[in-house]
Amino acid sequence: MEMARLRKRRIHFGKLCSFPCCRPTSTDEHAQTGQKGFSRVVYCNEPDSPEQLRLKYRRNYVSTAKYTVANFIPKSLFEQFRRVANIYFLVVACVSFTSLAPYSAPSILVPLIVVIGGTMAKEGVEDWKRRQQDIEANNRKVEFYDRNSCSFRETKWKNLCVGDLVKVHTDEYFPADLLLISSSYEDGICYVETSNLDGESNLKLKHALEMTSSLHDEKSLKDFRAVIRCEDPNEHLFSFIGTMYYDFQQYPLSPKQILLRGSKLKNTHYIYGAVIFTGHETKVMQNAIDPPSKRTKIERRMDKIIYVLFSTLILVSFIGSLFFGIETKKDFSGGNYRRWYLRPDSTTVFFDPRRASVAAFLHFLTGLMLYGYLIPISLYVSIEICKVLQSIFINQDQDMYDKETDRPAHARTSNLNEELGQVHIILSDKTGTLTCNSMEFVKCSIAGTAYGRGMTEVEISLARKRGERLTELMPIDTGESKKYVKGFNFRDERIMNGQWVNEPHSDFIQKFFRVLATCHTVVPVGTDYEAESPDEAAFVIAAREVGFQFFERDQTSIKLHELDLRSGITVDRVYKLLHVLEFSSARRRMSVIVRNPENQLLLLVKGADSVIFQRLSEQGRVFEAQTKEHIEKYSEAGLRTLAIAYRELGEDEYTRWEQEFMVAKTSLSADQDDLVDKLADWIERDLILLGATAVEDKLQKGVPECIDKLARARIGIWVLTGDKRGTAINIGYACGLLRHEMKQIVIDLELPEIEALERHGDKEAIARASVDSVKGQIRKGKKQIDEAKKLVNGEAPEFGLIIDGKSLTFALDKDLVNCFMELAMRCATVICCRSSPKQKAIVTRLVKSKAGKTTLAIGDGANDVSMLQEADIGVGISGVEGMQAVMASDFAIAQFRFLERLLLVHGHWCYRRIAMMVKLFLSSL
Amino acid sequence: MTDTNIERHRERGTAFYLFTQQRLPACKPVLTPAWVVEIVERYDIECVPEAFRIDKVSYIQDDSIPKNCSRSLKVHKYMKAPIYIYYELDNYYQNHRRYVKSRSDQQLLHGWDYHGTSSCQPVEFNNDQPIVPCGLIAWSLFNDTFRFIRERAELKVNRKNIAWKSDRDHKFGKNVHPFNFQNGTLIGGGKLNPSIPLSDQEDLIVWMRTSALPSFRKLYGRIEEDLDADDDVVVHLMNNYNTYSFGGKKKLVLSTSSWLGGKNDFLGLACVFVGASSLIFAMVFMLLHLKYRRPFGDTSYLPWNRKSLSG
Repeated sequence: MEMARLRKRRIHFGKLCSFPCCRPTSTDEHAQTGQKGFSRVVYCNEPDSPEQLRLKYRRNYVSTAKYTVANFIPKSLFEQFRRVANIYFLVVACVSFTSLAPYSAPSILVPLIVVIGGTMAKEGVEDWKRRQQDIEANNRKVEFYDRNSCSFRETKWKNLCVGDLVKVHTDEYFPADLLLISSSYEDGICYVETSNLDGESNLKLKHALEMTSSLHDEKSLKDFRAVIRCEDPNEHLFSFIGTMYYDFQQYPLSPKQILLRGSKLKNTHYIYGAVIFTGHETKVMQNAIDPPSKRTKIERRMDKIIYVLFSTLILVSFIGSLFFGIETKKDFSGGNYRRWYLRPDSTTVFFDPRRASVAAFLHFLTGLMLYGYLIPISLYVSIEICKVLQSIFINQDQDMYDKETDRPAHARTSNLNEELGQVHIILSDKTGTLTCNSMEFVKCSIAGTAYGRGMTEVEISLARKRGERLTELMPIDTGESKKYVKGFNFRDERIMNGQWVNEPHSDFIQKFFRVLATCHTVVPVGTDYEAESPDEAAFVIAAREVGFQFFERDQTSIKLHELDLRSGITVDRVYKLLHVLEFSSARRRMSVIVRNPENQLLLLVKGADSVIFQRLSEQGRVFEAQTKEHIEKYSEAGLRTLAIAYRELGEDEYTRWEQEFMVAKTSLSADQDDLVDKLADWIERDLILLGATAVEDKLQKGVPECIDKLARARIGIWVLTGDKRGTAINIGYACGLLRHEMKQIVIDLELPEIEALERHGDKEAIARASVDSVKGQIRKGKKQIDEAKKLVNGEAPEFGLIIDGKSLTFALDKDLVNCFMELAMRCATVICCRSSPKQKAIVTRLVKSKAGKTTLAIGDGANDVSMLQEADIGVGISGVEGMQAVMASDFAIAQFRFLERLLLVHGHWCYRRIAMMVKLFLSSL
Repeated sequence: MTDTNIERHRERGTAFYLFTQQRLPACKPVLTPAWVVEIVERYDIECVPEAFRIDKVSYIQDDSIPKNCSRSLKVHKYMKAPIYIYYELDNYYQNHRRYVKSRSDQQLLHGWDYHGTSSCQPVEFNNDQPIVPCGLIAWSLFNDTFRFIRERAELKVNRKNIAWKSDRDHKFGKNVHPFNFQNGTLIGGGKLNPSIPLSDQEDLIVWMRTSALPSFRKLYGRIEEDLDADDDVVVHLMNNYNTYSFGGKKKLVLSTSSWLGGKNDFLGLACVFVGASSLIFAMVFMLLHLKYRRPFGDTSYLPWNRKSLSG
């Protein structure tokens, strides 16, 4: 399963064992409660008790506004005077009341007040909008437990106190950080969507402590009393340490019982929870940091000009006061008054020849004011006004309005407008940005036979580029599509409508689709599925369409409607779900251990082809060659492929493994994850290959055209994706990032010698070999470019650099980074595949700093947030994946193709106009 | 006259006809430059008797010594009336910040009734009464006088209408009399006739238009007779004004004027300077262009191309 998202493993493993790890245990961590950093005490269901009130925890009121009515004036004034020019004008205005001033006070005060007042008004309006949002959030309704009437009553979010019991219904947001007490499910589990927190669109499982999960009755809640001692408010979303004292027993609490504010209840009718952290003490609010303030090149240049003007001003004043001092001193020499008409005999300190140096100093101050017109105070205001108008142009652009989602472009910050015209490098996310993130099951290869007719768009464009004629080749979706099923675009009469039974390897086909229908973390919602990644949903949908309908999941079983081969009728089959070994980017595979109705123990696996092929048993390799060939072909066509395999487990083997696994699971030590991984690795071997799937990742509308235009504007485009190399390269070809006349430089570590080292497991040796290999490959790439340059004078061929995440970690190392950036800057296209969100941000920062060029990052998911904030300009796609990226972005557009107009039209004009204006102002000095 | 004749006649009047027949009316102005004739006479040193030349300041400050002096001027060229008489001072900072501010425009217009004269310091009060007109500018009024004699006959000098009309009408009061001017212990420059209102004290009005540069000319009067070439004019002057303490020159200037006004070197020099420097820059840029020639439409120096070239 190839997913662009970084999976936070800690929270995922929560799903693996819903029951075993909640026993009352006492570990080192939990012993900390009550000590420094772990001082919080919550009296559940008695928020009015004197003990609770004494702690004075704040209510659930949240304010993200920068100012209040009381502090608006001083605080925003302070903000204003962080600008050097404004301080200068303030000082001048103050001094203008003294007799030093060469002119009257209002002539400097009025413009200053207009400038500062205008900017403050803008701040005020923006903050008022924020306040409206706060008011909306604070006044949301939630049901809380009223102990007097023994029932739940509605109240506003802001009125919640620490210790309150609340009831949250499905699809509602949690009002504060809650401790899950019980849910509508018997076993006290609930599903939570956390896309607002970590950008993962999948559902996460939380479960209550066993002893509280039976509290379903509103009456019984009346006598529920518990004391929670836990950590102080902090920003770690995925950790929680606490202890619950209930019924004279201690129970450790973990993140699995904590429902965070900002996440949403899903697939669960209701939950009961106790409020632990309120308002600003919630984890999400603790995480909220002010977005970095970005400044444009012009602004920075203007600052420099202002400094030059300042020094000019000081120089001019200094020279003036020097001569003034000399002349003034001469006025009184040898008892004679030289310039008698100035009456040097009866004068003030400003012109006193007997204290000429003082007079000169005062004259210097006067001079600073007198020549103050060198500093263009109105330039700032004019630029602000200009930029606001430009953002209106951007917001109202009809060509950047998306009808389907009803979203216009939105300039969220106006001060980066002109930087749009200066973009050198675009760093783009792939999923959701270049592609739609809607996966369609298109092809599969089972038991060495390829199924699935028709061609994908990528295949068509590839074929066209190769110059093949497309007479008999039909694009998939135009054909006989009678009814369109979302996520399913598979046409093959050999499989569909139950025909697979007559195929030669029908038992393999059956097993294949059973794996698809059971090996996943999908949750059925009505007829639809909630999946953590769209390709997983595509598999389940494909299995359903073929006749293996997954319809119910609970903690211990997965139920399918399935065709019985002998009787020919649809029957329900219940698979007992024993373990889920989660997908992670490191493992690149996922497996489940189930007991089928025939009481066989099965390990069902899907995963990246390279990983699966390594783990096949001798008899499981029958179709390896054909399947490999098919996978090759699929990934050439831009499809995402996964290999499917299974294994029968012996009872003894399983029991032994399970014991060890459970110990590892509950060990709570630092290397727990490693231990679990190792055990999972141990059981996932000797697999029997069934086949492979191919899922199409659809391109967004107009992406190739847009990229072509941007490339012609000599804007470099870097794609940072979590996909594997083949897929990334193919998407690159599909959207025109890579062209056939381009030469590819590939840097990767999938080399035989390194793989050999990996088998030995000597980490240091691997690292050393990897660094050397990457270094060598970078050198080679550079040489290649140099040679190409020498050969063809002038029109050198363009290069595309493809690097994978593993090599990237080495290439971004201190020693190699300069070398790597040098190479990357000389390539027209750079594709970083298999890169993590953190790498994305690091790459962005490096491009910005090392190349010194203006970067624009574009992305749609919460995993792109750090990249968007790091880049000079962050553009968020206001698409389907939540608003996290948009909230962190500077500009929000609905479609990737609008980037063309945003950069080449608006950016160009904004830059030109601002530049002209600054020039005009400075030349009129 | 027949119709065709009339038509032909009309046709003859059209511009086209006149053009084809080369009969367009034309005029060719023959520009004869009206030269400005100028006589400049420096008198500040010559008018101090030999005995006092060592300490000119004490000479000028000593009221007991008569200050009259006469100089003779030779007219080189015919000078057409009106001939403007200027006095020119040098190294005199009428633009000094303290000096410029030291006046009260309101008092000049409204007179003694006006009390906000604080700007006039230090020449504000005399015996607790505001001085009219107050301030350093008025106090330091220029007070040399000139009389012109040609062949024993005095040339008539018109000293009216030497100040701006707007100043006379709107800036200086008709009912303001300088009744206590220069009555203090320290007397600066000239005195004023207390019976004449300020609006008619044209010497004062001229003086109070402070000059922007330390070397300036101010109008004294007009001679309304022509002066012929080789005329000898004798100037009887009273050398009262003290420029010796700060080493300023005093000059008497007789000048005619053309339609462009009087003689003003500054404008001409400025034009010559700017023109010459433009020419030099043009040459420099042309040489640069010839040396580092760049074809039209060449994009290789655009920033994104330049990087790739160097890289």
